[in-house]
Amino acid sequence: MRFHLTAEQVAIQDAVRGTLAECWGMERLHRFADGDTDFDADSWQALMALGIGALALPEADGGAGLGLLDAALVCEVAGAAAAPGPLIGQIIGAIAVANCANAATRELLPAIASGEAVVTLALEGDLVQSARAAQYFLADDGAGGLHLIEAGDGVTIEPLAATDRSRPVSRVAFGTVEAHPLYPAGDPMVQRLKDAALVLITADSLGGAQHCTDLSVDYAKTREQFGQPIGKFQALKHQLAQMALEVEPARALVWYAAYAWDAGLADAPRAAAMAKAHLGEVYTRTTRAAIAAHGGIGYTWEYGLNYWFRRSIHNRAWLGSPAQHRARAADLAGW
Amino acid sequence: MDLSYGEAAEAFRKDVRGFLDSHWQPGERRGAELKEFVRTFRRAAIDRGYLYRAVPKRYGGSEQPVDVIRAQVIREEFGRARAPMEVGGNGVNMTVPTLLEQGTEEQKELFIRKTIEGDYIWGQGYSEPGSGSDLASVRTRAELSPDGTKWIINGQKIWTSQGMQSTHMFMLVRTEPDAPKHDGITYLLLDLDQPGITRRPIRQMTGEQGAHTFCEFFFDNAETPVSWQVGERGKGWYVSRTTLKHERASIGSADGLGSQFRKLVDLAKEVGRIHDPLVRDKLAEIEGRVLSHRYTSFRLFSCAAAGEDAGSVQLMMKLLLTEIGHEMALLAQDLIADHGLVEPEGAGGRGPRGVRGPNKWLDQIMGSLGNSIAGGASNIQRNIIAERGLGLPRDGAA
Repeated sequence: MRFHLTAEQVAIQDAVRGTLAECWGMERLHRFADGDTDFDADSWQALMALGIGALALPEADGGAGLGLLDAALVCEVAGAAAAPGPLIGQIIGAIAVANCANAATRELLPAIASGEAVVTLALEGDLVQSARAAQYFLADDGAGGLHLIEAGDGVTIEPLAATDRSRPVSRVAFGTVEAHPLYPAGDPMVQRLKDAALVLITADSLGGAQHCTDLSVDYAKTREQFGQPIGKFQALKHQLAQMALEVEPARALVWYAAYAWDAGLADAPRAAAMAKAHLGEVYTRTTRAAIAAHGGIGYTWEYGLNYWFRRSIHNRAWLGSPAQHRARAADLAGW
Repeated sequence: MDLSYGEAAEAFRKDVRGFLDSHWQPGERRGAELKEFVRTFRRAAIDRGYLYRAVPKRYGGSEQPVDVIRAQVIREEFGRARAPMEVGGNGVNMTVPTLLEQGTEEQKELFIRKTIEGDYIWGQGYSEPGSGSDLASVRTRAELSPDGTKWIINGQKIWTSQGMQSTHMFMLVRTEPDAPKHDGITYLLLDLDQPGITRRPIRQMTGEQGAHTFCEFFFDNAETPVSWQVGERGKGWYVSRTTLKHERASIGSADGLGSQFRKLVDLAKEVGRIHDPLVRDKLAEIEGRVLSHRYTSFRLFSCAAAGEDAGSVQLMMKLLLTEIGHEMALLAQDLIADHGLVEPEGAGGRGPRGVRGPNKWLDQIMGSLGNSIAGGASNIQRNIIAERGLGLPRDGAA
């Protein structure tokens, strides 16, 4: 019985946090947000040098032999830093390729696991992160199958004025393309990979929500009004306690969803839906509350809280809204 | 992560099941006969090391090494068999742990066995009309008798659950009126069967009265031996802190919440609303919190088993549970709809209990309000989370 993080898992998070602190500070985020690219090679390479692309792959495939839980812990830190790049697509892409039966497709694995070939998700809809930088699109075909589509001929990319400035999206259309087969319609891996993606999105949301809570608490300790730190006023204190009450218990919901996926438990799909719905709400409420707790400074572009608020809009809608996932959870419960 | 308990625990589970199969067969016993059967069953369970594991054998416990996984297996199996566990209430949850940590040998001898066997029922003498959340302001006085052998108590205590049935009380009294407020309090035990004590039930908002409700106590030269004082004179505040910690740990239970949620789903089916998309959405939303609470309990359990500190999340469990209770109450109220216009037969002090339909949820709808007050009011919980959990500056309270 173990349901809290190991020292190794804490060390993985520390390593990712340290790397992002060096290469992805607020100044970089500001520059990226007003730039016209959808990918940051420096931070991507720094993260991939840590082996994140191969984290959840078996050792036989050159991976670290860890699970979705460990990948989720990385995504949590990435969410806290509002890190750019299709990190979730890369991790899911690596798992998808490593487990597929097609030998030719599996040959793509080394380049994907190392992060050299960028993979992004093109599932359920046509808005895609870092589309211009991607070499592969992990796409569903409308009939229920999954494919790895090569960038290039037949792929049309229309860059958009993305709301989430940390992970810009483009509208992507596939014409006649070169596709590497992954899973046919009806293969249980199709849903399983989508569930894994849901779990990683919730982890990103958890990290972002925690970050916004931390910033608000720190601000309340230093900002003074009426001759005292504002964090001494009970009204604000209670708002901050409420934010922590949203975020901290939700952590175990994310852990459970990842653990259930790794262990192949029967309730893994429902756990993913539950977590996706709940963390969507938590992230929205927490970013809104953080901006309120900061006052005017929270509403500025400069301070940067808006990046997490924008990311919460992206995560909430990505692969299904909270209400959609609650409906799915209700169905799966047989209500 | 791994939520299995391991082979040793599963072997232990088999032992517990075997014991329950052979010993917990209450059959058709009722009343006094059932009571005696339960008493015998508990003694056998103590002999096997299943109950009162933290209590030494010489005081009637089973004196087992700390093993949170075994303790959990026991809870699960007893729950499954619907077998009685430890006697509930303040005595087992608060008096016994406090005495084990801070009591004298004489006090342990006198009280622990009788308490765990259910002969002594303890009321909590903390709150007063003028001392609620600001508990350290208690004004009930205790003064030494001229010969120095007894404390003479005068004042008033209030909100004592099970007060009408209580045989004894643990209480906070002011013994050093000139000391700073936290340092002038002494923790006393008291026999409630004496002339200087009057008790009166307070009717609750649920309408319950008499034995089912909380009550207030008036002390008019009530007496207790000096040897029944727990901890040092003037240090009672700090003695009471251990007691409150025990109480919080016993409130934050996930299993009860899970079963209450399943009953809420059953209610939605019973009233024909389970296919209503709005009801399904609300149920799933509430379940997100129920599961967060459940898995966080696993996390706390896992940290406890490994001897590690789980951090600030421990401070949040009571408030989380309370808030989920409110959300369930609101949905239950919508689900029972017109059924809620009529109280169940015998509810609210209207005679003996009878048939209970969907309107039985009125108990939870009102009871959930009690949860935000009892055992530390929700706003005090928020202060605790903010100050001890988040490190925000203290405000005089909490």
